[in-house]
Amino acid sequence: MRRFILRRMGYAALSLLLLSLTIFLFVRLTGDPTVLLVEPGAAKGDMEAMRARLGLDRSLIVQYGSFMAGLARGDLGQSFYYRTPVVELYLSRLPNSLLLALVAMSFSLLIGIPSGILASVRVNTWWDNAGKLFALLGLSLPSFWTGLLLILFFSVYLGWLPSSGSGTPLHLLMPAFALGWYFAAAHMRLTRSSMLEVLGSEYVKLARLKGLPEALVIAKHAFKNALIPVLTLAGINLVIMVNVAVVVETVFAWPGVGRLLYEGIAFRDFPVVQATVLLGGMMIVVVNLMIDVLYAVIDPRIRYER
Amino acid sequence: MTTLLEVSGLSTHYVAARGTRVTRAVEDVSFSLEAGRTLGIVGESGSGKTTLALTLMRLLPPGARIAGGSVRFEGEDIFTKSNSEMRAIRGKRMAMILQDPMASLNPLFTVGDQIAETLRAHEQMPRRGAWTRARDLLAAVRIAVPERRVGEYPHEMSGGMRQRVVGAIAISCEPKLLIADEPTTSLDLTIQAQYLQLLREIQRERDLAMIFITHNLGIVAKMCDDVAVMYAGRLVEFGPVRRIFDAPAHPYTRALIESIPRLGDPTARLTAIDGQPPDPAALPPGCAFHPRCPLVVDRCRVEAPPEVRVAVAHHARCWLASERPI
Amino acid sequence: MSDSRALPAIQAEVLPLPGRWSGLRSGNLPVLPIAILGILILTAIFADVLAPSDPEVGTLTDRFKPPAWIEGGSRAHLLGTDHVGRDVLSRLIFGARVSIVVGFLAVIVAGAIGTTLGILSGYLGGWVDQVIMRLTDTWLALPALTFAIFLAAVVGPSVMNIVIILSAVYWTRYARVIRGEVLSLRERDFVRLAVVAGCSKWTIMRRHILPNVLNSGIVLGTLMLGVVIVTEASLSFLGVGVPPPKPAWGLMLADGKKGLMAGYWWLTVLPGLCIVLMVLSANLLGDWLRVKLDPQLRQL
Repeated sequence: MRRFILRRMGYAALSLLLLSLTIFLFVRLTGDPTVLLVEPGAAKGDMEAMRARLGLDRSLIVQYGSFMAGLARGDLGQSFYYRTPVVELYLSRLPNSLLLALVAMSFSLLIGIPSGILASVRVNTWWDNAGKLFALLGLSLPSFWTGLLLILFFSVYLGWLPSSGSGTPLHLLMPAFALGWYFAAAHMRLTRSSMLEVLGSEYVKLARLKGLPEALVIAKHAFKNALIPVLTLAGINLVIMVNVAVVVETVFAWPGVGRLLYEGIAFRDFPVVQATVLLGGMMIVVVNLMIDVLYAVIDPRIRYER
Repeated sequence: MTTLLEVSGLSTHYVAARGTRVTRAVEDVSFSLEAGRTLGIVGESGSGKTTLALTLMRLLPPGARIAGGSVRFEGEDIFTKSNSEMRAIRGKRMAMILQDPMASLNPLFTVGDQIAETLRAHEQMPRRGAWTRARDLLAAVRIAVPERRVGEYPHEMSGGMRQRVVGAIAISCEPKLLIADEPTTSLDLTIQAQYLQLLREIQRERDLAMIFITHNLGIVAKMCDDVAVMYAGRLVEFGPVRRIFDAPAHPYTRALIESIPRLGDPTARLTAIDGQPPDPAALPPGCAFHPRCPLVVDRCRVEAPPEVRVAVAHHARCWLASERPI
Repeated sequence: MSDSRALPAIQAEVLPLPGRWSGLRSGNLPVLPIAILGILILTAIFADVLAPSDPEVGTLTDRFKPPAWIEGGSRAHLLGTDHVGRDVLSRLIFGARVSIVVGFLAVIVAGAIGTTLGILSGYLGGWVDQVIMRLTDTWLALPALTFAIFLAAVVGPSVMNIVIILSAVYWTRYARVIRGEVLSLRERDFVRLAVVAGCSKWTIMRRHILPNVLNSGIVLGTLMLGVVIVTEASLSFLGVGVPPPKPAWGLMLADGKKGLMAGYWWLTVLPGLCIVLMVLSANLLGDWLRVKLDPQLRQL
């Protein structure tokens, strides 16, 4: 098991490296990065100062080195708009995004998994077709449109729910639903296909041949095995949710990292954009690693993988 | 000697494409099995042997219909039983071993758990008791250090050992009938003989009747008392092993026996049966074997032969059978 | 469940077979999705002729006019006007052009890059494979939207840039899948025969591997179309996609938000509906193609 973990950690480290390299190179490659990294409307002197700080006259490798050194220190520059270090800004907004993502994820699993199981156990019946329709809609409707429609319906017409901001659980309902809808469909689909695969497997066949009651076969043998890929996906999706919540957070003015990214673009605050993307990506790599390790704990086969 | 299992006129069909395609997987099969005896069912892939076994267990996939006939197990008609009654029979009075032991065992649960759950489901044994019994069963299938093995996962064991575990599960509730569907096909050659030996011993110890499904005539010769030969869903020959091997009545059986490579005679040629087994959804008219039969006559192409009694407890489906000297 | 002879109803215990995820209408041609996509393509081509007004210019006196069938609406603007008085119908029509062009181009370019790299990676193996795979994994880990936003912030928004950005973000999806296919194709007899016959690696890749992965590429491309459209709409909605005053459905949604609280629903509902129609059609078509062309692609 230790070997397995070490290997995964190695891959993660490599991914982090590639990620930072990608971000770094893309910024440098567009000609003059100082245009991006200096406040709009800055004086010439500021630009010179920035150029020197970035060390643009030095080799790319050295620049990358100082970029990484800054990253290690937790220094990714300062927001033009907020005038605070971007890392601080990001971390202060992160809990809000996590809250939103957790609620949205709970919603997606609570709807997705049972409906997926139902669809698989009642294959090709009315239930299954209803489920397929639900999944199709969920995967085709853009989350921000769902959000806008929700606002239209529940805020403008019915006046039940607040259309923006945060603070009360009521504020959370619509954004979580809009965000989670797509993932509910994805989870439902995966649960269904995973269950079907497991239900057709030889060990389920043998369990039936042993004369076990059907409920036990499904609950014990099928469910646990089928759930593994779904939970893996859910874990990965949680972090993805945090990142793609950009549009939903923007629509609902939810103060998370997604909205921070939007502000970065809207106000041409590039350090914010760069940091959000970089930190978001790093978070995903780390979480993927954690999921891989968790996987090894649940599934005894993985521990012995060479 | 009581008749444990009596199958008469059994037919199982698969219906696909809204009833337009009917695959006669099993057609008009009749045989009987007595307690403690071993029946071998032989045939190529697609001959219907596995469908037959699943029909006996009444565990067919969707799209399969029992189209006729009856099965009596210990005097009771299987087809009139409710689902819960069937479940009480499966695993307890009738057990089955499948071909691939790695796939048969759930990778997430220990071996002991999988043996114990059968015991707990059928005999309402408490957890402790079931676990102990599982350990004893592992010993019964000749697994060394059973107290350690009982807590292991399937992937920690070798193929042969896994198949023994599957055997342990099968005999756990003392069934009267054990159906083994190609149990040694996935095992290494050296392990196969050991496993067959084990099955033999278990059978003797518990007076167990066995149905052995295989495509390997060598195993049939070693293990079985009677043999049923299947071709394209029909039982083309049935009889005691000795007789069938000495004087096969059906040309297909004859060809199967002759196609076994024999050591010792370097000049003898390898004989194979011409052609391919037919598509079960599109069988030729008349006798299904006629396109490949070396003794085919005109009648074979038109009419399917009925079952003919060749000798005591020996019958075959061939127009030429009754004309053979006994 | 009736038996072919009159036997009492036998409850054969069922073992469900592994199902395959098929679209709502598996088997027969998905007429509706193809028709919708066809209409959209035709609309995109003939936009200049079809649109009743100029999509980019509006008269401020005609702001926020509702669709024709609602009180206050008029025939002149069948689907109403937006916050600067531009005709919604015309903007929707020209927006179709943007969506179709961007969508198809991005899918094709991403497909070309991804398929090529996937083939190279899968067939050549070794360090080429390692490098490409590490890069693919890393870029796959980064959510497409975030990555696209980042790139858009760096290079600035324009239609061409959007296509490039979307291609850069989505090629990884192709590479992964194609590589998997190539790995199994490599072991097939006809490839081995070609190797034994002495064909060069490049010839094999071009003549034997490529045609066989095209099926997957097409299915993947159709499925990707929906995703790309939504991403483009998201980018435009956030303001880093197609630049105004060019009409893009995502941009219309952003503008529509301004009138949302006042109840001007048509500015939100109509553009979104167009997006959904296009995405739904692409998804249905892709599902159908997958079932028809390549049953291996369950993992998509």
